[in-house]
Amino acid sequence: MNPLKNFLFQLQEISLLVWRAFIGLFRKPRYFSEIIRQMDLIGVGSLPIVLLTGFFTGGVLILQTFPTLQYYSIQNEAGRSVATSLVRELGPVLSALMVSGRIGSAISAELGSMVVSQQIDAMRALGTDPTRKLVSPRILALIFMLPLLTVAADIFGIIGGAIVASGLFNQETNVFITSVRAGITTEDLIGGIIKPLFFGLIIGSISCYKGLSTTGGTVGVGRSTTSAVVVSSIVVIIFDFFLSKAIATIFDIGRI
Amino acid sequence: MLSSDLETEPEIIAEDKLGETADIESAVDDSSRILPAIEFRDVHLSFDDKKILNGVSFTVRRGETKIILGRSGGGKSTTIRLILGLLKPDSGQIFVDGEDITHYTEEEMMSVRQKIGMVFQEGALFDSLSVFENVAYRLQEQGVDEETCEKEVRRMLRFVDLEDAIDKMPSELSGGMRRRVGIARALVGDPTIVMFDEPTAGLDPPTARTICELAIKLRDLEDVSSIFVTHEMNNLEYLSSEYATVNEEGEVIYEMEGENLCLINTEVIMFRDGEIIFSGKDEQLRKTDDAYIRRFIRGK
Repeated sequence: MNPLKNFLFQLQEISLLVWRAFIGLFRKPRYFSEIIRQMDLIGVGSLPIVLLTGFFTGGVLILQTFPTLQYYSIQNEAGRSVATSLVRELGPVLSALMVSGRIGSAISAELGSMVVSQQIDAMRALGTDPTRKLVSPRILALIFMLPLLTVAADIFGIIGGAIVASGLFNQETNVFITSVRAGITTEDLIGGIIKPLFFGLIIGSISCYKGLSTTGGTVGVGRSTTSAVVVSSIVVIIFDFFLSKAIATIFDIGRI
Repeated sequence: MLSSDLETEPEIIAEDKLGETADIESAVDDSSRILPAIEFRDVHLSFDDKKILNGVSFTVRRGETKIILGRSGGGKSTTIRLILGLLKPDSGQIFVDGEDITHYTEEEMMSVRQKIGMVFQEGALFDSLSVFENVAYRLQEQGVDEETCEKEVRRMLRFVDLEDAIDKMPSELSGGMRRRVGIARALVGDPTIVMFDEPTAGLDPPTARTICELAIKLRDLEDVSSIFVTHEMNNLEYLSSEYATVNEEGEVIYEMEGENLCLINTEVIMFRDGEIIFSGKDEQLRKTDDAYIRRFIRGK
């Protein structure tokens, strides 16, 4: 199959998988406890790395931008610059990339191992739909938890920025916080939550598809895991561009 | 189904071996016994350009064990996957208990799969679940209460002689124990058809023998129809020359078929490159002139 055909085929298969996963939520049996379990693994499990990412990203933003702002005597806007960068862009994207690496790889490795050891076939033979039991809970958990993780990352990013601004550049914390509050609009917040919803769907659907389509034994599991992380990361970044444009157009963001 | 009631065996066995008279008339009148358990009619299947099954036709009668022999890659495991509906054929028809399942959707296959127990190569146990949860899987998915689940699971594990392992995880079990748990899991719900996909691959001879004894018990004591895919001639030996009965103490014993009798309800089919090149009894298999088959049987 040539690359274009292969791409279209995979796109078709992922779309069908997401459709079946979505439809499965409206019929019995519903695996509610499995959804909760996945939310715990994905949400609570990813919290440390997402908080660390947010914290140090906020810190490094201030580190890099404060001297320039100071040069133009607008260092009091440091809070606004960090907050808008984080909430609109860096919070959603970096959280999604972290989660893609951690959870995307875990999902595709787990499902891929089940495929090569015939556990998926056994599940079907025993009368369980693997899409409903395995895929739906994971995609739903990612869609639900990624926005929450992103908000947590944003908050810790602002805290990190505040600590660097006051610790290294002696800016008063209330000046920083006032600037943060002035900089973030409701549209920024809504946009910053819409993005992770889509990113969660992207990471979940690609990772589940790659896992379930694993072939070739244990080598194949490694291949599909790598592919899941790489492809979902790239798609998140590409989608981010188009989503940013769409959100900016809808909410008219970016006009001073 | 896993009871000690024995029924509908030919009169000769009944009088000589069991001291009971069989009711042949009622067996013949029961129409469900006339319909084959499994039937393939001219089934074709290809993957990309490779022909996996090329016009395969065979029947598995009720209570019969069909041994499927053949080299690796010859189409044996594919046949089993077609019966379970995990694959669809390119053409031809597949019947399970008289029902044409060829074009069934996943949902329609669910009710068919209730009647079929599948023993996968290496067991295919769910490694994040304990032995109990694995064996109880089908029942828990159906929402059966805990007490009934536990009773059924213990009954199945007793059948495969692994009740002590009930709380262990699959990673703590040996290969043979995993296969036996796989068999217990397949038998929950008392399926009328059981399929074994190379269940003794990689096992030592005594453990492989134990697996065959379970298959023999199912055939002779539980009237289960089954397909036994293998490429090991020892398994063919056991399944086609021994039968299981229950002695006065209630123990299961395995006896050899006498030389002149051909009573055991087991036949053999051999696959080669997606086609059936032999179908019949094991005695005929051993007497064949076909060079390929003789080489397969003897290994040289």
